[in-house]
Amino acid sequence: MNLLDIIGAIITLIGSLFLLLGSIGILRMPDVYNRMQAGTKATTLGSMLFLLGLGLSYIECGCIGRIIILILFIIFTNPISSHALARAAHHAGVKLTEKSVRDNLRDDEQKEGART
Amino acid sequence: MAEVIISIAGYIALGALALSFIRMIIGPTTADRAVALDTMTIISISLIAFIASRSMKIIYLDVATVYALISFLGVIAVARYIERGI
Repeated sequence: MNLLDIIGAIITLIGSLFLLLGSIGILRMPDVYNRMQAGTKATTLGSMLFLLGLGLSYIECGCIGRIIILILFIIFTNPISSHALARAAHHAGVKLTEKSVRDNLRDDEQKEGART
Repeated sequence: MAEVIISIAGYIALGALALSFIRMIIGPTTADRAVALDTMTIISISLIAFIASRSMKIIYLDVATVYALISFLGVIAVARYIERGI
């Protein structure tokens, strides 16, 4: 019954709840872009907390360094991949949902097209 | 106590994996399926680290790192395919 074990376990539980919320958002959001927001932001934070809690709770296996490297890798690559997917979906012509009020990328591209 | 809480967290992450798998099956467009696959990959990395910590084998964390790298490259390739074709 170490204190660091309990703190790491609670951080792991909070991270897994964020992972579950991200998945529920992916299942219930209305279109691709909202799903992408729910499934990337919540999942990045959830996996960060999950891995950090595991590294704190099992501190005796000496794997906290590799877990920090993994967390940094997830922080760097997950927004890049979701950005590329959102841009590709917009260029492929995936429609926004009817409730959305503005589309800044389409307006900017029309402005660029009118200028050239 | 801590072991029980971490086991519950692992089962919750497994449920999250199942929920995003449903979206990958029923997703209307290709972008939906790619987003669901990206989410499933991140949850799988967490579960691989969970197994590595439970079994005290550090080598599984290297597996998780390589899996993250390959999934990132795969998502970038799928995005380029959706945008302009191979």
